[in-house]
Amino acid sequence: MNTLALRRVSRTLLYVVLTLLAALYLVPVYVVVVTSLKSNASVSLAQMWNLPNVLSFSSIANAWAQLGPNFINSFELAIPATLISALIGALNGYALSKWRFKGSSVVYFFILFGMFIPYQSVLIPLLKVLDVIGLYNTIAGLILVHVVYGIPIATLIFRNYYTSIPTELIEAGKIDGTGYWGIFRYIILPLSVSGFVVAGIWQFTQIWNNFLFAVSLTNPPDQPVTVALVNIAGSQTVQWNVQMASALLVSVPTLLVYILLGKFFVRGLLAGSVKG
Amino acid sequence: MKTPTELNAKTIPRILAPKRKKFSWDMFSSVATLIPSLILLGVFVYGFIGWTVYVSFSQWNSLIPNFNSAGFLNYSIIFSSYRFQSDLRNIVVFTAFFIIACLIVGLFLALLIDQKIKVEGFFRSIFLFPMAISFVVTGVVWSWILNPSTGVNLILKAFGWKSLPSWFLSTTIAPNWPFGQIQLGIPVALLAVLIAAVWQMSGFAMAVYLAGLRGISDEIKEAARIDGSGVFRMFFSIILPQLRGTTTTIIIILTAASLKIFGLIYAMTGPGQQFLTDMPSLNMFQTTFQGDQFAQGAAIAIVLLLMIAIFIVPYLIVTLRQGDDA
Repeated sequence: MNTLALRRVSRTLLYVVLTLLAALYLVPVYVVVVTSLKSNASVSLAQMWNLPNVLSFSSIANAWAQLGPNFINSFELAIPATLISALIGALNGYALSKWRFKGSSVVYFFILFGMFIPYQSVLIPLLKVLDVIGLYNTIAGLILVHVVYGIPIATLIFRNYYTSIPTELIEAGKIDGTGYWGIFRYIILPLSVSGFVVAGIWQFTQIWNNFLFAVSLTNPPDQPVTVALVNIAGSQTVQWNVQMASALLVSVPTLLVYILLGKFFVRGLLAGSVKG
Repeated sequence: MKTPTELNAKTIPRILAPKRKKFSWDMFSSVATLIPSLILLGVFVYGFIGWTVYVSFSQWNSLIPNFNSAGFLNYSIIFSSYRFQSDLRNIVVFTAFFIIACLIVGLFLALLIDQKIKVEGFFRSIFLFPMAISFVVTGVVWSWILNPSTGVNLILKAFGWKSLPSWFLSTTIAPNWPFGQIQLGIPVALLAVLIAAVWQMSGFAMAVYLAGLRGISDEIKEAARIDGSGVFRMFFSIILPQLRGTTTTIIIILTAASLKIFGLIYAMTGPGQQFLTDMPSLNMFQTTFQGDQFAQGAAIAIVLLLMIAIFIVPYLIVTLRQGDDA
């Protein structure tokens, strides 16, 4: 009886601590949402923790007026770049997991290292090359950049994913006389849906959230949404409610992806912690 | 001595019959698949790094490119600059505290969630969601929450806190140990950046720890329980040693992320007063693209790359070796 009571107390304590911590993690969400719903007149520093007296969507509308074009830029960037890098990752992952040749782990190392470099170490040549080939300050240029630097993580995700597909399936394909590409097309690709979801979520999130490439390689009208947000937040004249509404808008697409497909997001995350 | 068939069995995957002739279209296709990526990465990663190294030894410190050799002059200039010395101190201090905080918070959260609680998915999602958000958003939002005249300080004031912290605007350094010509100290302003960064990344540590905890076999835990181990004994003698590999992984990944940190600093504090929150990544960006000191910027970038490579290269070699044995 005594141990049972003790257990009940410790369970309750567990939930109390978890709830408090969860509330702590959600504080920024509260601040952002509450501030976004205040009008210019009622947003004051002293009352930042208060709920809005009257719901106002003017700050969200205002933020959208400023961010809208950049929002479209970000979609035009993130969707093709995600698709292309996922496809390249699938091909590479297939080659590296199911047809390992002599030296393939050296090749794999060569590819993976690109995931960890600070992009500052390639930024000067990158800018010059994009300028020469006429892709500086274009969304197409950013797509190219994100595809290239997305190859390592996309390859890693698919390689790990394909390792879990039984080799017997490929042997069966070989016995039927199917070759490298046939096996990929008819056996591997149909089994790859969840691999594509993981790589797609991961790449979309990374590309949407990227700031360094965006701020270095594009100028105002063609900038992705993260740079536009910093520009809004950096200007002295813009009210806090508009800034918070902008921050909210910028986060909506990736948050939606996370809420709808969280399980796959975590899988990408764990793949990111390598695991040969 | 090894016979040829033994060598084949080792080097060629077992999906191929051992007696097959050496050239195979399938193996050729496998290599051919990888070639475009290898060329792209060869140019965009390795070639560009080489190019940046070359620039870092040049005299290109204006808008007009000048590739005459400067020897180690750019490196000597950055290492003797006050700003870069601050960067090195900040990055070391920040990374150390960031990793320790993420490990402790992440492990604590993972242990709580691993207690077979009812709404596990709900709590896991809440601790992990900041990872889905851009560092830039985190910077903008936390710079308001930690704004000295409002935000958290309003709450501290309500609790009767007298001397309110000025958070990221603080120019205080404490404690201030001299080391050679450099004053080592912890910039208090970094604390604000740390709070934001830990908020964003501790969920990652939690997720990896949770996977690690689930990987510990129940038999080991059961055996320890039968031996009469208490909760603490169990944690320190069984669970923590079993999580050593997981901890190493988290440390390596977070170190790489921390050394690269850019968007958060850019959006939250910038270099800060007296470069108290400056980082090499930001310094490189401003030196190169706002100051047009291309060669010096390149030198900063190369130092940053070396700092990361020291951790990443051994880690990748060890992980890939283990993967091969499996």
